[in-house]
Amino acid sequence: MSDNLIIADRTFRSRLFVGTGKFRSPEMMRDAVRESGAEIVTVALRRVDFDPVGPNLLDFLDRGDILLLPNTSGAANAEEAVRLARLARAGGLPHWVKLEVTPEPKWLLPDPVETLRATEILVKEGFVVLPYIGADPILAKRLEEAGAATVMPLGSPIGTSRGLKTRDSLAIIIEQARIPVVVDAGLGAPSHAAEAMELGADAVLVNTAIAVARDPVAMARAFRLGVEAGRTAFLAGTAPPRQESAEASSPLTGFLGKLS
Amino acid sequence: MSFLSYLQTLPLESILSTAQNASGTEVERALSSDSLDLFDFAALLSPEADSRLERMARRSHEITLRRFGRTIQLFAPLYLSNECVETCTYCSFARPNAIERRTLTIDEVEAEANILAAQGFRHLLLVSGEHPKRVSPSYVEAVLQRLAPQFPSLSVEVQPQTEEIYAVWVRAGSDGLVVYQETYDREAYARVHLAGKKKDFNWRLETPERGARAGFRRLGIGALLGLADWRMEAVHLAAHARYLMRESWRAMVSISLPRLRPAAFAIGPTHPVSDRDFVRLVCALRMFVPDAGITLSTRESARLRDGVIPLGVTSMSAGSRTEPGGYSAPSAAEKQFEIADLRTPEEVFRAVRDRGYDPVWKDWEVALHG
Repeated sequence: MSDNLIIADRTFRSRLFVGTGKFRSPEMMRDAVRESGAEIVTVALRRVDFDPVGPNLLDFLDRGDILLLPNTSGAANAEEAVRLARLARAGGLPHWVKLEVTPEPKWLLPDPVETLRATEILVKEGFVVLPYIGADPILAKRLEEAGAATVMPLGSPIGTSRGLKTRDSLAIIIEQARIPVVVDAGLGAPSHAAEAMELGADAVLVNTAIAVARDPVAMARAFRLGVEAGRTAFLAGTAPPRQESAEASSPLTGFLGKLS
Repeated sequence: MSFLSYLQTLPLESILSTAQNASGTEVERALSSDSLDLFDFAALLSPEADSRLERMARRSHEITLRRFGRTIQLFAPLYLSNECVETCTYCSFARPNAIERRTLTIDEVEAEANILAAQGFRHLLLVSGEHPKRVSPSYVEAVLQRLAPQFPSLSVEVQPQTEEIYAVWVRAGSDGLVVYQETYDREAYARVHLAGKKKDFNWRLETPERGARAGFRRLGIGALLGLADWRMEAVHLAAHARYLMRESWRAMVSISLPRLRPAAFAIGPTHPVSDRDFVRLVCALRMFVPDAGITLSTRESARLRDGVIPLGVTSMSAGSRTEPGGYSAPSAAEKQFEIADLRTPEEVFRAVRDRGYDPVWKDWEVALHG
């Protein structure tokens, strides 16, 4: 049985997105991306030099096998994000954009108001928009209505490796969504990725945990396997956790049998 | 609340006493904390913490790795002018000094910038002496307008200005404001700034706040280490950084730790900082403000710069010339200070790579200007 991820008009076999920042070298980034099996690879437009002196970051990616997903990292409001997206398209990158609107540099938390505004503008301009958001179920629905291709709620703030601190809200987002839900940010270990997939997420995005591992290539493989394990478990139907009180007796409804 | 008012709310005497006399228990507490307060930070500066330097370095390395990854941002200073009306006793550019003076024309600035661009630089720091007529707000604006289409990141380190002038510079394409307090000790400050606008300690102190209100995305602060007790400077710098990160929450704050270097006509450091204390300061700052940038210039030797790459530094200059016009032609114009790391940008690039870090030329975008 095929279990493909479909976003907009494209089909993907891999449910792991990976980012390209923070690696010790472009060569290491390339090797880790390959090993991850990811078919969607994000790249920060602010890092791309369309007129470089040396090799360009993009030269290290096998652009035939992957969808390069430019992100708008650095944008603090809708206008800046829109300008960056247009720049990417003008530079020959796909008309897909991972929308990041983060007005503060410390936690890099997304601005929900500006993110919704930018989504509305970019969708009208024909972009496939994948917005990075806090784990807010109503915002997720509003973005869906605005034409976003996915929503990408955070598990915990970028780079913190704290795992699914927003688990309960993620569960609501997943339950309500009619577009793919990609858990983004804060996944520090393959077990976090597996947990997100078991919860029913359609995909996850990982960057820091792979980039700063002692062996990024091995860690990329570990995340690939974690995502596969979590997805398989979700499809297999994870047994619900055992309840605290046993269900052998019926102290509240036992009287029913004694009536009549 | 201004930084000045904020400083007045701090129990500074008590914090500074901790920086001098912390106990082993206080240092251990700081080392095991995930969220340090100023007393913890001060404890890490104390003599008692010296024996725990390696542990501090490990913590600092881990924090930096998670937050910034294995990357080092590269930038170059571009000196616009060495003309100056100030009287700083530690600087070659000071007005009384009989040196060859020069202010670059806009075309000359562009020629310098083109050389740096060809070397790979995309982030520039525009530096100049403080001369309100020769280096006027409209001159700086014209420089920014000329360079902005070509350079994703342009920071300015020139005479402090009003919020209104800063807003004009931001619109002209500048994203970063750098202003060092030089020293946070008012008495030492008065001793080394003999006359001129720069005598106004408070005006300078509140410059980063004005810049943030005007829309600068990056704020650089620093102290010129060597003018007064380094632990006192460090406590104020840390408090300043944390204040700005709360008050000017949209801006990225970075800290520079220039140690006073030999310079023509200038005084030397009266309070030198050893290499070992310097490294401990880098680590303590990283632990106190995990999200702040830390910048290291070519004032430091190649050996020290290479050594601190994994310890918390996030950006470095390379191949610097500190005299106006110095990239285009060897010039008689006086340098601001002597460079210690004389390697070319290419050599620094390779040294960073050899340490297992990715040297980054570009990490901002023209589309984000203004």
